[in-house]
Amino acid sequence: MKELLRLLGIIRTYHWWMILAATLGFATIGSGIGLLMSSAYIIAKAALQPPFHELQLGIAGVRLFGLARGVLRYIERLVSHSTTFKILSGLRVWFYESLEPLAPARLLQYKSGDLLQRITKDIDSLENLYSRVIAPPLTAIMISALLWFLLGSFSPMFSITLLCFHAFAAVGIPLFTGHINRGTATKIAGIQAELQSTTIDFVQGLSDLMLFNRLDDHMEKLYRLKTDELKLQRKQALIQRLHEPLIGLLMNSAVLALLWTLTPQVSNGTIDGIYTAVIIIAVMASFEAFLPLPDATHHLETSAAAGKRLFEIVDTKPAVPSPLHQEPFPANCSIKFENISFTYPQTFSPALSSLSLQIEAGEKVAIIGPSGAGKSTITGLLLGFWKPSQGNIFIGNRSIRNLDAETIRKNIGIVSQKTYLFSTSIRENLLLAKPDADDKELKNSLTYAGLSSFTTKLDQWVGQHGMKLSGGERQRMAIARMLLEDAPIIVLDEATANLDTVTEKSVIQSILGLCNKQPAKTLLVITHRLRNMAQFDKIVVLEKGCIVEQGAHHELLKKNGLYASMWSLQHRQTPSELLTDS
Amino acid sequence: MNLDRRLLLLVKQYPLPFIASVVLGALGGALLIGQAALLSSVISAVFLENVELVHIVGLLGLFGIVSICRTVINWASQSEANRGTLKIKKLLHQQLLHKISDLGPPYTESIGSGQLSTKLLKGVEALDPYFSQYIPQIALSILVPLFIVFAVFPADMLTALILLVTAPLIPVFMVLIGKAAQIATEKQWQTLSRMSGNFLDVLQGLTTLKLFGRSKERVRSISEISESFRHSTMKVLKVAFLSSLALELVSTISTAIIAVEIGLRLLTGSIAFKPAFFILLLTPDFYLPLRQLGTKFHAGMEGTSAAKDIFNVLEKKGFQKTSVATPSSLPAISKEPIIFEKVFFSYTGDSSYTLKNVSCRIAPDGVTAVTGPSGAGKTTFINILLRFIDPQKGNITLGTTDLQKIGRNEWQKMISWVPQHPYIFNTSLRENLLLANKDASEQELMQAIEYSCLGPFISSLPKGLDTPVGEQGAGISGGEAQRLSFARAFLKNAPILILDEPTSHTDPGLERQLLASMNQLVEGKTTILIAHRLSTVENADKILVFDKGSIIQSGTHSSLLQEEGFYKSALLVFEEDSTS
Repeated sequence: MKELLRLLGIIRTYHWWMILAATLGFATIGSGIGLLMSSAYIIAKAALQPPFHELQLGIAGVRLFGLARGVLRYIERLVSHSTTFKILSGLRVWFYESLEPLAPARLLQYKSGDLLQRITKDIDSLENLYSRVIAPPLTAIMISALLWFLLGSFSPMFSITLLCFHAFAAVGIPLFTGHINRGTATKIAGIQAELQSTTIDFVQGLSDLMLFNRLDDHMEKLYRLKTDELKLQRKQALIQRLHEPLIGLLMNSAVLALLWTLTPQVSNGTIDGIYTAVIIIAVMASFEAFLPLPDATHHLETSAAAGKRLFEIVDTKPAVPSPLHQEPFPANCSIKFENISFTYPQTFSPALSSLSLQIEAGEKVAIIGPSGAGKSTITGLLLGFWKPSQGNIFIGNRSIRNLDAETIRKNIGIVSQKTYLFSTSIRENLLLAKPDADDKELKNSLTYAGLSSFTTKLDQWVGQHGMKLSGGERQRMAIARMLLEDAPIIVLDEATANLDTVTEKSVIQSILGLCNKQPAKTLLVITHRLRNMAQFDKIVVLEKGCIVEQGAHHELLKKNGLYASMWSLQHRQTPSELLTDS
Repeated sequence: MNLDRRLLLLVKQYPLPFIASVVLGALGGALLIGQAALLSSVISAVFLENVELVHIVGLLGLFGIVSICRTVINWASQSEANRGTLKIKKLLHQQLLHKISDLGPPYTESIGSGQLSTKLLKGVEALDPYFSQYIPQIALSILVPLFIVFAVFPADMLTALILLVTAPLIPVFMVLIGKAAQIATEKQWQTLSRMSGNFLDVLQGLTTLKLFGRSKERVRSISEISESFRHSTMKVLKVAFLSSLALELVSTISTAIIAVEIGLRLLTGSIAFKPAFFILLLTPDFYLPLRQLGTKFHAGMEGTSAAKDIFNVLEKKGFQKTSVATPSSLPAISKEPIIFEKVFFSYTGDSSYTLKNVSCRIAPDGVTAVTGPSGAGKTTFINILLRFIDPQKGNITLGTTDLQKIGRNEWQKMISWVPQHPYIFNTSLRENLLLANKDASEQELMQAIEYSCLGPFISSLPKGLDTPVGEQGAGISGGEAQRLSFARAFLKNAPILILDEPTSHTDPGLERQLLASMNQLVEGKTTILIAHRLSTVENADKILVFDKGSIIQSGTHSSLLQEEGFYKSALLVFEEDSTS
């Protein structure tokens, strides 16, 4: 219920639309009631064989309501669909705005793709929030009120009697079936979760299951889970399917109850007999508004559950608070890490401990070390994705705590191992880095990144996640983007790991060329492959979150420490020796 | 009409619940007519004869009993439809699982696991409303109106004629509505899924947006895109809803006409009140089932589109031939070479072969390395070796035994496989390892962990071997997953070993340790190694170089260096690189 109220708070901007749609829904059902009432009035009146003109009121009524019902229904459907789309769009904007400060730090604990897919599904499922959860009770209340006044004009007794049945249909039945089914829905959700993970294991682990001869066991488990799910679904359905017949039964009971109270009043002449038919038919028609109600409770539960999951994510605190007072971005792009320590949440050992590092503006630095040494943590901290648990980071002598995170990121061009391409055109993907770039700039940067073939197809769609491009092409797109951004600091985080040797070499050359152009850019390369190392001004060797060595390539080789041993391991048999044999 | 023939065939598999549902539904319709007759008698008596309550108690009681019966029967009808639907869902789920396992890993990898598991989970469920609501409703929307016409006919011929005249309009409208609703639902569905696809894209790229400092301005584009989708959809809906407006009008205007027409005849006394009211009560119910069919059309639509996806899988042809297994003739593997003779394979089934005329001999007790540029056919070659697919042409023999004579299961039992991206199951680490050999002792387990250099990683985990992995568990990196897969191979200890770029994720220090333990694993086994890196290839006993689906070079490291070709040129790049 708390979740529902919060959801309603988010979509309250659309409350006029919702009220309009619900009123139209009321008017539609109201016209249906009006049509039947005036029809009954004509027939009852005519049975007394009055002069023709006495029927004219009824005839005007059927004509009006007959047309109104169809037209109103049409308008109502349009308005409520439009409202639903508006609500969905509002929810997306709200969610994006809440999620934006959390990315990427707070989302890492979830398996990213999976989580995001679940979020989108949850928001999609809120499609029903208006049309199935909010609208039906509103309409039903209005119809009930209408009948209250209609019947009240004959006798308050009738109003009270009918209200009891309406209340039972609106509250009693949903509560009753909801109560019986309470545990079932949770159990089904539990089995579905297990079914989902077992199915994913089946599809993704199919080859392992085959090779380890476990396929039959696993499929058996899936059958069993599905059978259990279906059994519970059966139980749930048996009760859900009661809704419609039960509301029909309530309608007939209301008819009986009203006949019971009405007949004595007709026979003693308090009420004109003509109205017997009119009242009974109005009572019957009013139950149309109550048919969707039991379903509404079901949708209420799913919407609340979806809302709860969304709120759980949104309510996380961002990893990095925004600065209290902002300073402008410095012109001098030296980078200084001062006694930095950092531990990722939910891990025990620190990723970086008391790390100090000075990189001068225009310097070219490589950070190397075995996997898990903390190389990528340096990037994450520099970009302000995480807040160091201790120490300070400076860009040009200004602490990044006092710099706007967006400005920092605009001034750091980064290419990481994973490149995300949006499912739009090549052009759109490039423009991300520089929205006002002209075609010439785009083509230049593509050529520079070794993608001259793309210069003629700027408007080509890159596919979902850029899947129409090869891994190497995607990586080079990222490099083109980085070139276009033209930031004073460049970070390459395992940027060329997915490239084949020949491409890697040419790409590195062009980036180095770019960095050497005046004004020289600060370059930070993170890698575990020791290639072209002599080109760096400084090499920093990390191990377990600490700097163990730093210096130029030849100095480090002479030291005969970790760097030298890594180098010899990767180049333990130089191919030149092999080739000279031949 | 959305009556997919393949879906109807499924109904034929379990006809009884559906027949019961329709019969019960029709009976419910008959009771509805009875109720109308009783009610019109009661009201006629109260209104025209001014009877006391006691005189109509009997009729009221009867009305109550019929109401209860109708409630039960309607419920039973729906519950029968549900029973049949669940049977069909169970059947489809089983068929899909079987098909997917027949199609094998090359298929699951080609289609994207997310999509396929969605089909298995959501696709089958999406068919529920089709069978439980749409199919029975079609039958009832024909039967119930017919019953009503029959009931009205003796009471008043003229009205029955009006109903019959408007009745032919109904199929016309059904077709119209069908078409329009189809367009509407399709458009709506498209819009919803495009909006949500676009949103997912933005969420997944959020980090990238942040890297460019452009994440905040995206808010505007999200609402703009939603708005433009909404506008275009509303345009379509405005037209599409017109046909249901027309159906609604046919129903309300007919009711109005009948009311007036009966009213006028009541004036002249050519009809009595009781039949007149009886007819009025039934008229809305004459059109109701059809209007309901309109609303259930959505269910029908979703069903057919889900069915399309499901049957796409079910009707796919696999790449596996049925093998004539004779388990007794299983040769001692480690003594026999695996021989490929003019093997061809094509995924499309036509002449665009992924593997062309591949002949080679994989010696027992040695390491055969497979290398070549990406897309050269290495993976297909391995898939054939693993018997996930069978070649269309050519022969593969183990010694002198045709591979097709060995059961697929038997063959796969003899292979250990270390893929490039091993899958880690959503259970504990221990169970992930025991998958390879469920009877392994604790000692064997520890040894496998040691060989695959997993010790430090496992001891860093809060619950050690019993730590759950997968979704919310400890994040397993690519390198760790590969080492786990290595450990599985140690545990399975099968005579044939297939390794796919076995150390591609690890760092140099670890690579040395792993290479050492790999040498131990390879000992005495027929080993096939896919590799790009020099360090893993150079020690192989034989190197097969693939390009464009064929083996273009083969030999040892030193013999390949003698000839000009891919191998030597790839090596030259490496050399230039590491001396710079």
